[in-house]
Amino acid sequence: MNFEFSEEQQMLRDSLSRFLRDKYDFEERQKIIASDDGWSREKWNQFAEMGLMAAAFPEDYDGFGGTSVDLMVIMEEFGKGLVVEPYLPTVVLSGGLLLETGGDKAKELIPAIASGELVMGFGFAEPHSRFDLFHVDTKAAKQRTDYILSGRKAVVFAAPIADKLIVSARTSGSNRDTDGISLFLLDTNTDGVRIDGYPTIDGLRAGDVYLDNVKIPAVNMIGEEGKALPTIEKIIDKAIVALSAEAMGVCRKMCELTSEYCRAREQFGQPISKFQVLQHTMVDMFIHTEEMTSMAFMAAMKTDANGHDKAAASSAKVQLGKSCKFVGESAIQLHGGMGITEEMAVGHYFMHSTMMESLFGNSDYHLKRYQTATGLRE
Amino acid sequence: MDLAFSAKDETFRREVIDFLDENWPAEYRGRKRDFTRENYIDWHKKLHAKGWAAPAWPAEYGGTDWTPTQKYIFGQEMANAETFPSLAFNTSMVGPVIYTFGSAAQKQRFLPQTLACDIWWCQGYSEPGSGSDLASLRTKAVREGDHYIVNGSKTWTTLAQHADWIFCLVRTDPDVKKQQGISFLLIDMKTPGVTVRPIITLGGDHEVNEVFLEDVKVPVENRIGEENQGWTYAKFLLLHERSNIAGVHQSRRYLKRLKDVAADQELSGSGPKLMDDPDFSRKVSEIEIDLTALEFTELRALSNEEAGKGPGAESSILKIRGTELQQRISHLAVEVAGYYAMPFQRNQGHNEYPAGPEHSVHAAARYFNGRKTSIYGGTNEIQRNIIAKAILGL
Repeated sequence: MNFEFSEEQQMLRDSLSRFLRDKYDFEERQKIIASDDGWSREKWNQFAEMGLMAAAFPEDYDGFGGTSVDLMVIMEEFGKGLVVEPYLPTVVLSGGLLLETGGDKAKELIPAIASGELVMGFGFAEPHSRFDLFHVDTKAAKQRTDYILSGRKAVVFAAPIADKLIVSARTSGSNRDTDGISLFLLDTNTDGVRIDGYPTIDGLRAGDVYLDNVKIPAVNMIGEEGKALPTIEKIIDKAIVALSAEAMGVCRKMCELTSEYCRAREQFGQPISKFQVLQHTMVDMFIHTEEMTSMAFMAAMKTDANGHDKAAASSAKVQLGKSCKFVGESAIQLHGGMGITEEMAVGHYFMHSTMMESLFGNSDYHLKRYQTATGLRE
Repeated sequence: MDLAFSAKDETFRREVIDFLDENWPAEYRGRKRDFTRENYIDWHKKLHAKGWAAPAWPAEYGGTDWTPTQKYIFGQEMANAETFPSLAFNTSMVGPVIYTFGSAAQKQRFLPQTLACDIWWCQGYSEPGSGSDLASLRTKAVREGDHYIVNGSKTWTTLAQHADWIFCLVRTDPDVKKQQGISFLLIDMKTPGVTVRPIITLGGDHEVNEVFLEDVKVPVENRIGEENQGWTYAKFLLLHERSNIAGVHQSRRYLKRLKDVAADQELSGSGPKLMDDPDFSRKVSEIEIDLTALEFTELRALSNEEAGKGPGAESSILKIRGTELQQRISHLAVEVAGYYAMPFQRNQGHNEYPAGPEHSVHAAARYFNGRKTSIYGGTNEIQRNIIAKAILGL
């Protein structure tokens, strides 16, 4: 058993942390999200130069890493810096699906992701699916050497800025069958694809993707027809593990901002950090952050050890829900009225941490899933 | 970073399991309470004979050179076998103080007997007027030649009724800041003037006592370290005490037992299994996930320790969350017992049939007794003060 980061991981963390401190402060981030596209191609290229994209893939694909612990190092720093560039949808989700399904498409596209050239999104949710990955109403009908896709994918991260998307669609069965789901790769400018893009409340870009008789060549189906659900679950779980690391960074930062603020703010003739009732809240925020950290480590290490560990991912997501809610709400409360103004950074961390609670399924959903995965319930 | 146990670790685990199979007495198995003084000493001596009474001590004083991973495995297997540990007053509390701050003569005189449990120690810290504000303690020791004359009283003294010696915080200078006038004395319980009065707690347990000290003559050579420096040693001890306080493995073991009971159709008869109640299984899964977070927090702390950083204020997190979980699990046991948590079966003989199923017999008493965990060793509120000051710098 060993909890130490490797020398390479340590170096990656140091250089990323330095870069974000110097070039990606809160003002810079606010400028980026207010821009037309809502992300910075320049920063994205710099991330690629630092090797952040390559760090997510094994050497066979021009990468130099690919473990969940590698991703953890990056995602924690992204959390601290509240980075909005589409790393999770492009690298973790789409890159992960390509890596998992393999074949020519993986060989072609992963190096383009690793070099920073390609931006992608993954449409897995639908207007009526809530958090069930198997609930797929979107249809894909085989027509000679093509598939014809019709349906709507909901809140697809990076969709308005992506070059390509991967979507889940049903090639057989009825809308809540676990069998019969397939994955398709498509260019965002394909005929019949309409993306209604919007910023999310926490500063990211997403969109609903409407598919109206979209013709996709059969070679763009990745993985086996009708058997995509286990692949999707595995990659979403990997993304949950990465998100847990991001959450530990976000929680850590909210703790820091809050104790800084309370030390500076004076009421009743003294800094409010001297009041025991506030100190204990800050200690509980700290404990929740340590627990988030422990669960992010746990989930990354177990995923690396077991390939796919549903209970580990779901339990980390339950912790994420608890830690983000407690730390976020307390951070705002301790900032008082200032906490709910747009000018203070803390509120932006809070909005992002709150949205992370429901991304990929909320705590209730994952508590039930944990029970099934561990055999507590059928 | 990886979670795998090495082949060497697995060999070690086998050795621990084999040792426990052979040495943990058959008649103790399945028993949760009411171990006698002889039981405690007997088991401590078996661990000592193997060299495992105090794994955390430096090897030169009779500890082990185990890695944190080995300590983790040892703790896990001890819990799986449902043993109790070696005597904590000796191995986690006074022992480390003696080998860290004691003189050569004190080490020679006390350490071997402490390690072997030829002395049973108890802890003289709290007083009727000094609980969380421990440094306000008033038991005074006045120097007369080669002796101190000690007067005062200590309380919450766990298992003092079994103890041979008590390590005591006493006031040797009343005229300075309260933390600066305290000394650390070792007192033989047989000295004239030492009396012990039982305190019976909820559920009828006799674990804690008051200890009265009336003109007790203590040789100066029984003082650890410098006069008036006792507070430093006292805090050091508390840090060590807390580092073992999470009880992750014991909690997992107890929860596992409750899960087995709740999932047992035979115990449910013609009714539905308790585990099929979604509200119940939700509680179980929440506790399990929180235990995982605690376990990995402890593992991270162990890893820090391996990297050369001793137990720090982080141990306060383990104390807070560890004891909260112990209490949640002991309450879950009361829920599992249902009506049969109610019969009071404190003094039941070993040959009598209990009212209700075996798992329910001590559930409520254990829950009531377990309220102590968030109070002792520095209340959980005091732990928060420690984190606020030592880690957050507030």
